[in-house]
This record gives sequence, structure tokens and C-alpha cells, in this order.
Amino acid sequence: MEDIMSNAQTKIMRETVREMDLTANLKWRRTKDFLFAVTGLMTLLFAICVLLALFIDLAMTGVPRISAEFFMNFPSRFPEKAGILSAWVGSLAVMITTAFVAIPVGVAAGIYLEEYAPKNIFTKIIELNIINLAGVPSITFGLMALGLFVYKLKFGQSILTAGMTLGLLVLPIVIVTTREAIRTIPNSIREASYGLGASHWQTIQHHVLPYSSGGILTGVIISLSRAIGETAPLITVGALTFIAFLPTAPVSDVFPFVSFQWLHDAFTVMPIQMFNWVSRPQTEFHVNAAATGTVLLIMTLLMNGIAIFIRYRFRRRMKW
Amino acid sequence: MSELKAFTSANHPTRRWRRIKDRLIETVLFLAAASSVLVTIGIVYILVSESLPFFSHVSLVEFLTEREWTPMFSDAKFGIRPLIAGTFMATFIAVCVAIPLGTIVSAYLSEYVRPSMREALKPILELLAAVPSVVYGYFALLFVTPLLQKLMPELGGFSVLSAGIVMGIMIIPYVSSLSEDAMRSVPTHLREASAALGSTKFQTTLRVVIPSAFSGITSAYVLGISRALGETMVVAIAAGMQPNLTLDPTEPAATITAFIVQVSLGDLPHGSIGYQSIYVAGLTLLFITLVFNIVGMWIRSRVQEKE
Amino acid sequence: MSPQFEIPATSTTKFNLGHQTEFLRSQVKSLSFSYNPKDKVILKNVSLPIFDKKVTALIGPSGCGKTTLLRCFNRMHDLYNEVSYDGEILLYPESKNILSRDVDPMEVRMRIGMVFQKPNPFPKTIYENVAYGLRVRGIKKKSYMDEKIELSLQHAGLWSEVKDRLHAQATSLSGGQQQRLCIARALVTDPEILLLDEPTSALDPISTSHIEELIVELKKDVTILIVTHNLHQAARCSDYTAFMYLGDLIEYGPSNQIFTNPSDKRTENYITGRFG
Repeated sequence: MEDIMSNAQTKIMRETVREMDLTANLKWRRTKDFLFAVTGLMTLLFAICVLLALFIDLAMTGVPRISAEFFMNFPSRFPEKAGILSAWVGSLAVMITTAFVAIPVGVAAGIYLEEYAPKNIFTKIIELNIINLAGVPSITFGLMALGLFVYKLKFGQSILTAGMTLGLLVLPIVIVTTREAIRTIPNSIREASYGLGASHWQTIQHHVLPYSSGGILTGVIISLSRAIGETAPLITVGALTFIAFLPTAPVSDVFPFVSFQWLHDAFTVMPIQMFNWVSRPQTEFHVNAAATGTVLLIMTLLMNGIAIFIRYRFRRRMKW
Repeated sequence: MSELKAFTSANHPTRRWRRIKDRLIETVLFLAAASSVLVTIGIVYILVSESLPFFSHVSLVEFLTEREWTPMFSDAKFGIRPLIAGTFMATFIAVCVAIPLGTIVSAYLSEYVRPSMREALKPILELLAAVPSVVYGYFALLFVTPLLQKLMPELGGFSVLSAGIVMGIMIIPYVSSLSEDAMRSVPTHLREASAALGSTKFQTTLRVVIPSAFSGITSAYVLGISRALGETMVVAIAAGMQPNLTLDPTEPAATITAFIVQVSLGDLPHGSIGYQSIYVAGLTLLFITLVFNIVGMWIRSRVQEKE
Repeated sequence: MSPQFEIPATSTTKFNLGHQTEFLRSQVKSLSFSYNPKDKVILKNVSLPIFDKKVTALIGPSGCGKTTLLRCFNRMHDLYNEVSYDGEILLYPESKNILSRDVDPMEVRMRIGMVFQKPNPFPKTIYENVAYGLRVRGIKKKSYMDEKIELSLQHAGLWSEVKDRLHAQATSLSGGQQQRLCIARALVTDPEILLLDEPTSALDPISTSHIEELIVELKKDVTILIVTHNLHQAARCSDYTAFMYLGDLIEYGPSNQIFTNPSDKRTENYITGRFG
């Protein structure tokens, strides 16, 4: 041991620290600790209170307005006659289209990145791109869709355009949650499957996908709940705010009995209807906006609740 | 039995088909993953190509120095500055709300709350981000603004302040969720080392956990800022849509996003100057977001280098 | 199973073990420990003296409770769940029961330092790592800190290796250096007892021998309690050894006695390598 100072000097130093009166300091440190715990709790409660205030404020104004007619009427110049028929049907149609775009592509991409992707520059680019895509403002997706889907590909300002726009917008959420769900499956399961002679895809099909289905479903529901409330990109692609008709029915009485004409119809959705009403000066329309908002909020909370429930059940069931 | 044996041979038709199927599936899956890159390319390509014609009408100098943005007027002026001022102001207010509150909440959840409690609280907190932004717009205009008017009677019906505060609350979960993940991934042995030296939980949090999780916390902040920059409906509803070169948050002003919404609501012929102007605005927004993300990456790499 | 001798109820002074005189620094009195009342008991009625400026080694097979016992000494368990302590750990000279509910764990940790199994420097500079203990105590005087840090780095035998790069990241040090840094970090606040939890289990043989030399050097100034898996290490560095098995303290005594002439069959089996 080089450089050890003489014991005598060491002793002097040791005494000084040990004999410092640190009790007052300790008290103050404990107080700060306590104060932070209180601040943290208060902040958390504040956030939850804001959520409650928002919900109560909306419900108190909106709930009295909700009735069967409100769901069965088209928008109108007269606030008391106006309803959200075209809006909720539009939301439903757009959601279905969104799901058909986002789920297959997102889940497939997630599987590829977790199960197949080699460690190379392409994979790195794809991964980086997905992270960055999640931070791109949603309105730029709308601008892209307006230029590409509406004008270049001539899909028009239709349900198809809207569904594809939102599908691409929520794609990163589906991909990321799919990957997270797949990642929780331990490698030993895969090895067991390979050990029995299964191919790569068989392993995925029989083991990876079924075991991660709960997580994937959670991601899908979360992404759709995000899509149902999205407004700005749909305004940009040119969703109309006043629609007094419904899309073409998907079933018809002439051969082949199903029709996809509805994909090309003009549409409005609930958040746009709400935006339209909240932007008007008359208070009566604000009541309609609150009612629409309540419906929208209940749907969003419901979807999130289901997602949390599935995640919880799935975690309990799957113990590796 | 013999069939099983035959299957083991590499040239058995079922096995060959299995191999081909595997290749095929891999290709399809790869295309799906690659499509996400196509989305990015699509966004950049459309935004750039649709806004290029704009600069044949308006010089870059005018775009950057003109103090007014009135593309829909007959006497049109194309200075982006009022929109950028509005965007930054709204973002700044939102960040002033979200970063302190989000960081406190994440430190509290990560270090002070029992795991079972945390599992219950996190989903509730994340609901803040799940509420549709148009509902937040309603809340800002018809609840927060009247509330603020009680404190500041001179506040008008539309203000950046109210929109910014609500936006800040909205992005708390974006900040807190990632920060909390980062803090919780700080290894336990560092907390123990700090505790063994006699520090309180608060000192451990402040001096060990937060510095160790700095990289992840930066990502959380960058995500929060990106969200605030791109948020549309809250500002479109509660801040008014009037481009206004001001730094006074009690005034109404338009952000880039609010302007795009305002123009999109009207009739917009393809190729008109109004049409081009929303693309220029969108491109500017994308550029600003990109700069923030690059700054974030740079800060993170600086920190990682030091370690 | 009780140790071979009776420990006086409160002792602050001489303690005659027959061959030499020792001073008590601390003692464990019939300590039982479990993580929560329903769970299985991890320590069963353990009693043990800790002598001043001596090295006491805790040995035993995995899961015998030796690390749990060590962590009781600075109330590490309090960081996590509800835990139940039954019994006392007295700290002298004032015979304070550090497990008492009225005693602040922070105060205990300010008096008793700990070094962990894996080197765990903070992702800060070398200087900041050592300074940490002083900073959390609110000590700010630069000249005082500089002096203390130099002294404790010297104490830990690391000064000559790091004096030119005190502001380099601690993670840039080798594993053995990191562990010595952790020892310096614990020493800077002048602990009355230093707890070492298998401090060399993650290190190579050369770093291990460095640390062992250091332990022998350190006991001039500080009381050391060490948990180790390495029996040779216990024999080389410790003055007293306690053998634990399934939560019981089986045997305690001077190390040379435990290792050459154990009185319990299980101790003998363990040190001769028949299990563990």
C-alpha cells in the first residue's frame, strides 16, 4: 500500500467528520424528503383532478342532451334538432378501414422486426424510422394524404382516404406494441418448438403469435382509440363538417350483395362534428358539442379500459 | 411410419413447400416493415414537392422576414414569423406545465410509490393522453379560459395561455411515462449504494436516479415537445386562428397547425396559393420538429460519450 | 444453537476472550428476521458480538442468511417491503438498538458504511463518487472535501492510480479499481463499522488479493464485517468467524479456531467442502 499517510494525521481527520453535528442537517433532509413526497402526491392528484374536472364538466353539459334522436338525426342549423347520425356512422366506417390498414401491416412489421430482422443497416433504419414517425405531427400525415391519396391517387375526400391516413398514423403504435408483446416470450419456448422440428414460421404461427395475442390486441385497441379521436389530419384531407346523408350501405339486394361503394363516399366523424359545434358562437351548439364529446370520451375510456383489462388478464395468465 | 421417414428427407414435397412458404412469408413481413419507411419518404416527398411552387411566388427572404401572414387576403403577405411565434409560445407554455409536473410525477411513481399502487395509478395517468384533443379544446375554451378570466379579468375569449396550459396537461403522460421507465431502469444497486451512504430517498432520486436516467428523460422531454409542437385541435379551438406576431400569451394567436386547419376548412383548389401555403407551413413544422429531435439526440450522445 | 460463550448484556469496555482483550463495537442479540410475518423466517434467533477494529467474517452456504444479517446492520431491508425484525443490534458506545422503530435508518446508515457484491460506482466522476457521502450530509467546504477525498482514496489504496484523473468517469476504471473506489466512497464518511458483502466475488484473483490486503490494512481504523463465499479469504483476513446455516448461527469464535478445530459437525463439513 503506497502513499498511506501517517496514522496520526488520519486520526485527526476522522474525528472531525464523525463529531460533526449532523442531526440538524438530517432533520432538514428528512423534511425535504417528506415535502417531495407530498409534492409528488399532490401533482398526481392534480392531474387526476383535471381529468375528473374535464369529464364532469363535459358530462354535466352534455349528458342531458343525449337521447335516441341525438344518435338518429343528421346535423342541422337548428341546434335542438341536430344529431350525430352521420358522424358516428362515419367514425365507425373510418375505424373499420383504419383497422384493415394498420393491423395487418403493423403486426407483420412487428413480427419481422422481432423474429426475422438481421442486425444490419436496413433494420436499423426501419427501427429509427418507426421511433421518429411516432414523433411526427399528426397534421403532416393529413397533408401527405391530401397530396398523395386525394390528388395523386385520386381516392377523393373519402372514407378510404381517411382510413388509410389514420391507419398510417397509428402504424407505429401497433408495431411497437406488437414488438413488446413478442419480446416477452422467452426464447426457451421458441427453442422447444424448433427442437421438435418446426420451421420458423410454424414456430411463430403456433407459439409466438398465440402467446403474444393479448399484448398485440391491447396495442390494436389503444391505436384505434387514438384514431377515433384524431381530428386534424381528417380536416386536412377534407372531411366535410356538414353531412346530411349516410355512406352507401355495404350490403345490397343485387348481385354480389356486398358493395364497397361506401369507401368512396364523403364522410364526417364525431370529433370533426364536435369541433364544428364548439367553434360556433351559440351556446346551444356548445351543448351539442359537449354531448358529442361525452360520447367520444366514453368510447375512448371504454376502449382504454378494455385494453387495460386484457393486459391485466394476460399478465396473470402468462407466467413464464 | 414409412411416411414419417420419408418426410425427414430434404426433398420431400411437403418439406420443400414448407421452405418456400417460409421464404415467402419472410418477404411479405419484410415488405410490411419496410412500408413504414415508405410512409416517411411519402411525407417528405409530398411536403417538399407541393410546397416548391410556393417559392416561385414568394421569395425565401420575404417568407422569413415579413411580419404578417395573410395568404388568403387579396393583399397576401407571406411571412411565417407570426405562425412560428404562435407555435413556440404555445409550446413553451405547454412545456412549462408538462416538464415540471411530468418529472415530479415520474420520480414520485418510480421512487416513492409501492409497485402495486403504481400499476393502478399509471393507467389512470395515461388516460390524460388518451382523451381526444378536440375534447381538450372544448375544455380549454369553455372551462379553463373562464376560470383564468376570474383570475385575470382582462383575458379575452381566445388566448394562447389557456390553450398552452391545457396542452401541457395533455402531454404530462408523454413526459412522465418515458421518464418513469428510464428512472425505474436505473439499477437497484445504485440506489442501495446511495442509501448506504446515508442519503434520503429524495437525495437518491435527485443525485443518483435522475442523473443516471438522463438519457431516457431527455427522450421523454423531446417527445413531449414534439407533441406540443404538432398539437392542433386545442390551439385551433382555444387560441383563435388569427396569425399574430406577439409574445404576449394572453393574446389570441395562430400556430402553424391552427393555420393549416383554418385553411383546410375552406374550399381549397389544388395548386392554389392557399393550397401551397399549407404545405409550406407543414414543411416548416416538420423541420422544427426535426431540429428538436436532432438536438435531443445530440444531447443524449454527449451524455453517453461522457459515460 | 448458541455460541460457545455468554455475551454480557451491555458492554462498552473490556472483553476477555482468554487469549486477548477485545472491545465490543456492536452486538446482535437474539435477532430473528422475516420479510413479512407470513413468510418463512430467514434469521432465527442469532446472537453475535462484533469486536472493535477487528474483522468478523460471516460464512455459510447460499441462502443461510449471512447477507440478510449483514444488510440488517444498515437497515437495507427497510428500503423495500414491510419487514419484521425481532431482537436487537446494539451499537456501542451508547448501546443504541439500531433496529428500533424510533431509530432513523438514515442515521444508522450515516454511521455504518456498506460495500456491495458487485462494484456499483455511480455514473459520475471518480471525485464525485467519493464526494457523494459528504455532499448528502450537506458538507460543502471545498478544501475540506478535497482533503477528505484524498485521504479516503489513499486509505482504499487507489490514490496513486487515480490522482491524475479524478474527474474521469468512474465507470472507466477496471472492476478491481471500481470496488476500491466503492470502499473509498464508504470510508470518506468515517463509518464506525464497514460492511462488506462478498466484495471480491465479481473480481479477478489479482484484484481480489488487492482488496484482501486492503481489508487487513483497514482494520487498524475501522471495524469490519464481511460476508464471503471464499473460505480461504475468511481464513486469511478475518479475526473472528461466524458460520451460519439455514438462518441459524451454528458456531462463532476466533477464526483460527473455527478453521482448524471446529466444534460443530456441520461447520466441519462445510469448511472441509462436503457441502455448500
